[in-house]
Amino acid sequence: MLSSETHRAVEAIWRIESAKIIAALARRVRDIGLAEELAQEALVAALERWPDQGIPDNPGAWLVAVAKRRAIDFIRHKVLRQRKEPELAREIEAQLQDAAPPQTDAALDEPVDDDLLRLIFIACHPVLSTEARVALTLRLLGGLTTEEIARAFLVPEPTIAQRIVRAKRTLAEAHVPFEVPRGSELAGRLASVLEVIYLIFNEGYAATAGDRWLRPELCDEASRLGRILAELAPAEPEAHGLVALMEFQASRSRARVGPGGEPILLLDQNRARWDHVLIRRGFAALARVDALGRVYGPYALQAAIAGCHARASVAAETDWERIAALYDALAQVVPSPVVELNRAVALAMAFGPAAGLEAVDALNSEPLLKNYHLLPSVRGDFLVKLERFDEARAEFERAATLTRNRRERELLSERARRCVGGSGSTTQKGFPIHVDG
Amino acid sequence: MRFLIVVKATPASEAGVMPPEPVLAEMAAYNERLTRAGVLLDAAGLRPSAKGWRIRCAGRQRTVIDGPFADTQHLIAGYTLIQAQSRAEALEWSRRFPNPAFDGGNGEIEVRQLVELEAFGLDAAVGRWRELWIER
Repeated sequence: MLSSETHRAVEAIWRIESAKIIAALARRVRDIGLAEELAQEALVAALERWPDQGIPDNPGAWLVAVAKRRAIDFIRHKVLRQRKEPELAREIEAQLQDAAPPQTDAALDEPVDDDLLRLIFIACHPVLSTEARVALTLRLLGGLTTEEIARAFLVPEPTIAQRIVRAKRTLAEAHVPFEVPRGSELAGRLASVLEVIYLIFNEGYAATAGDRWLRPELCDEASRLGRILAELAPAEPEAHGLVALMEFQASRSRARVGPGGEPILLLDQNRARWDHVLIRRGFAALARVDALGRVYGPYALQAAIAGCHARASVAAETDWERIAALYDALAQVVPSPVVELNRAVALAMAFGPAAGLEAVDALNSEPLLKNYHLLPSVRGDFLVKLERFDEARAEFERAATLTRNRRERELLSERARRCVGGSGSTTQKGFPIHVDG
Repeated sequence: MRFLIVVKATPASEAGVMPPEPVLAEMAAYNERLTRAGVLLDAAGLRPSAKGWRIRCAGRQRTVIDGPFADTQHLIAGYTLIQAQSRAEALEWSRRFPNPAFDGGNGEIEVRQLVELEAFGLDAAVGRWRELWIER
């Protein structure tokens, strides 16, 4: 095998195995930063040896065995140098040696499940800033390099590298235990994990800045992390809810960008181009939420709304009354003006633009929406339908000045122009539904 | 990126024999690993070609040809659709695919990448081409 080929294979193996290796080591050495370093050293060893010796049959087990040997060396060194904590060192060493190198992949998978879940909870620990959680999660769980993360988030590589170094230091200084939170702590910690995964998804799905409307690699990564979490924590309805939501949203990614790169709003999309494999997966994940028989949380509610759209083979068949009811429920669980805005859109679709306008006018004094481009944009929509074109134009113009996305700005300016002379209707289409768009 | 792992048919799969327990168990374990890694999108086994048919097109004319078909090595017995970050990652997953041969002898799988232009940037030319290609 050519060495560049081996190199690529090693990278791929790293991506598949690294989280499990780091997780298994982290439990034993009780330090995430150290665990990652040891795993990296094993990776370097693989890069040195595999081009000559060939890739072993079970590369994951090979990497684990090498990393464990490095861990033992490291601990011996530390004890010799510092003569500190000899008991802890002995204990850790015993643990490392106990675990004979696993013979099959299955042996590597099983005991590691809990470790992996612990690693996810630590990477998303609330003591870290949101940005740090995102970077650490992609690095430790996604197996992405610092460079890949930097490229995905359009920030310089040293920024990400620093963020990761600081995050590891913060975790070490805070003596965060390598544990899955239990009892009353669990809900909050799980919410933090879900938030990080959905943030990564949204960074790819609704690129907030720049010219590109979609960064599919981030969506894919988030979907993958969500699916992993749902398998590790199958009794958590919101994990399945989040998976369902991301599957439904990703199912539309092909249809939501036009030939010139311009966004196409949900109701204008060609539904034949929705991805039906992902839609089916979305419904399957929602079914798992239902099977758990608990009240829908915010992710499951949003997924159920997205499911209403997915179920309608043409926009006109959408069950807007059910969507409005789901938004009602969502507004109770997570009161938010953005949810109210979407609820107003659903009300307009179910009961007419006047009902929507009434709901949206109640939000006019909402400080959180003061600079939110979708408020005037939605208002503009209702006004067009009520044939109040002059007012509608003003709203679209205002929305265009508020958005940060160039494509969206063009779309809004175009809608403003179409209002001139009172012919501005875009027929029945074009509500910018954002929560589930 | 998505890749389709295609399992080639064998005389046994074409005979409609259920895979023996060890093969089923290995497949189940493999699918579970894909699921736990978040890369599995879809997977299914196919009934033998005796239960299928071909449509031959000649201009506007259509002819139905019922199975079974003789060219076993060109037939497929199942598929697994995965999502991977790179070609190398898909290669690595496919390398771990269990031997589909019922007797543990010679089996073959083939891996193909799905056409997904939206993954390669969204410049106007590509977009227009895609539009034409999809709508046709």
